[in-house]
Amino acid sequence: MTDTLAMLAIFSGLFFFFSGSIGLLRLPDLFSRLHALAKADNVGLALIALGVIILEPALINDIKIVIIWLLVMAASAISSHLVARHALRENRNDD
Amino acid sequence: MIELLWSIFDITLVLILLALAWTTCSTQDVMRAVTLFIAMGLLLAIVWARLKAPDLALAEAVIGAGISGALLLSAIRDYPSTSMVTHRSRLTEGIINSLTLALMILMSWAAWHGLNMSDGVRLSEQVNSQLPVSGVSNPVTAVLLNFRAYDTLLELAVVLTAVLTVLTLNEKRADHEASSPLLQGMTRWLVPLLVVTSGYLLWVGAHAPGGAFQAGAMLAAAMILLQLAYPSRRQAFNNHLLKILLVIGILTFMLVGLWMMSLNDDFLAFTPAWAGTLILIIEAAATVSIATALTLAYIGGRPIGWEGVGREDTHRTNRSIIENGGAE
Amino acid sequence: MMSGGASTSILTIALLIALNLLLLSLLIGLFRAWLGPSVEDRFTAVLLIGTGGVAMLLILSILLQITALYDVALVLALLAVVGTVALTQSESNHD
Repeated sequence: MTDTLAMLAIFSGLFFFFSGSIGLLRLPDLFSRLHALAKADNVGLALIALGVIILEPALINDIKIVIIWLLVMAASAISSHLVARHALRENRNDD
Repeated sequence: MIELLWSIFDITLVLILLALAWTTCSTQDVMRAVTLFIAMGLLLAIVWARLKAPDLALAEAVIGAGISGALLLSAIRDYPSTSMVTHRSRLTEGIINSLTLALMILMSWAAWHGLNMSDGVRLSEQVNSQLPVSGVSNPVTAVLLNFRAYDTLLELAVVLTAVLTVLTLNEKRADHEASSPLLQGMTRWLVPLLVVTSGYLLWVGAHAPGGAFQAGAMLAAAMILLQLAYPSRRQAFNNHLLKILLVIGILTFMLVGLWMMSLNDDFLAFTPAWAGTLILIIEAAATVSIATALTLAYIGGRPIGWEGVGREDTHRTNRSIIENGGAE
Repeated sequence: MMSGGASTSILTIALLIALNLLLLSLLIGLFRAWLGPSVEDRFTAVLLIGTGGVAMLLILSILLQITALYDVALVLALLAVVGTVALTQSESNHD
């Protein structure tokens, strides 16, 4: 039962990862691609982390996974901001 | 079925790695090459994890992806944009490509041969049998810091020599412009987090993957981040302290080795009862040294006032501080 | 720390499929790094492998039963940020 729940979480997370990657390929602009990357991938990661938390028995590891997830979220936000700012600064915001 | 799925994963991973590596080497644009190199380092960390080598995965993530990337970037930083693209003739490209391909085939054959044809006791069995006397319970740390401690001492010497070369050749590069306030805000909590994680990696290296190199490189990454986010800050550590930190790793290692030689008749032969504590002390000193070394290498050369203690240097430092409008 | 695979065979197969699909989505995203007209598009490769890699490490940790891989995921997340900062901040100097 818990296994099924975990796999459900992981596969829905995968769906978001895929949509992020496809967005990365097909969206027209660097900035929209950054949206796809930062947002979709992070939701995907959150769901996968949830699935792994369900599967993982030790509490200390569950806490680690939550910390990892929070960190990746903050890091993605800052990273995409920095990349976008860099692009604007160098006036390279077109295709 | 399970084997098949693992094989698909492995083969795809290898193909992606090869494609990344090939593009990195063959691209004409230096910036693109460095970016792909960093991406490849991150992917290699995952490869090590897949091969059940968490220590290597940690080292690759920190050193291969973080530090090497930053060092390469600082190396190409002072190129003017027009010369970022290197031009090679078709003939040179053809020669490089075919030599690389030949090397790749040769090494693949050698790896396959080595994995399938060798007999003899595997290293892990020998290490695990001697683990109780080593003072730690992580076999990698036991090999690095006890059974083959001399090699690690020499590695530290190599790092020190490399940094001394950098320090001899150059002075610290000019700082670049101020960075985004968002970056500075993130740095405020990220750098402490990196420092704590570095300490954690150092501590946990005794019984789980981790150790001095990973911890030292992580600390260096924290300092590099600090340097990138707050470029015009006054130097945090004074030069005397930096010089001490740079050599304290090797110094501690050698002193412990000599002390053990006086007790046990052999350089770096740890008494089993004290081995754990000694290893921790050595690793702590090594962490600090490695961090200092990598950060100095990233900065690109001697910080202001490194050369001497004479009055002229102090004057020069004070004057440059006044000219630049204060320390901040 | 290290033992055999996850407990049930079905779970293992499902996790392996998820792992492969994750790698596939990473591969799709990497095309952008290869194609990307601007240099910032290539930076997204670092972001992508950062987030995707963390997800893969989480799943690998359950599959291979190595708890140290959580530490690796943490370190990967942290270093992906530092790498991005180095990429974007270093360039803003040439003039």
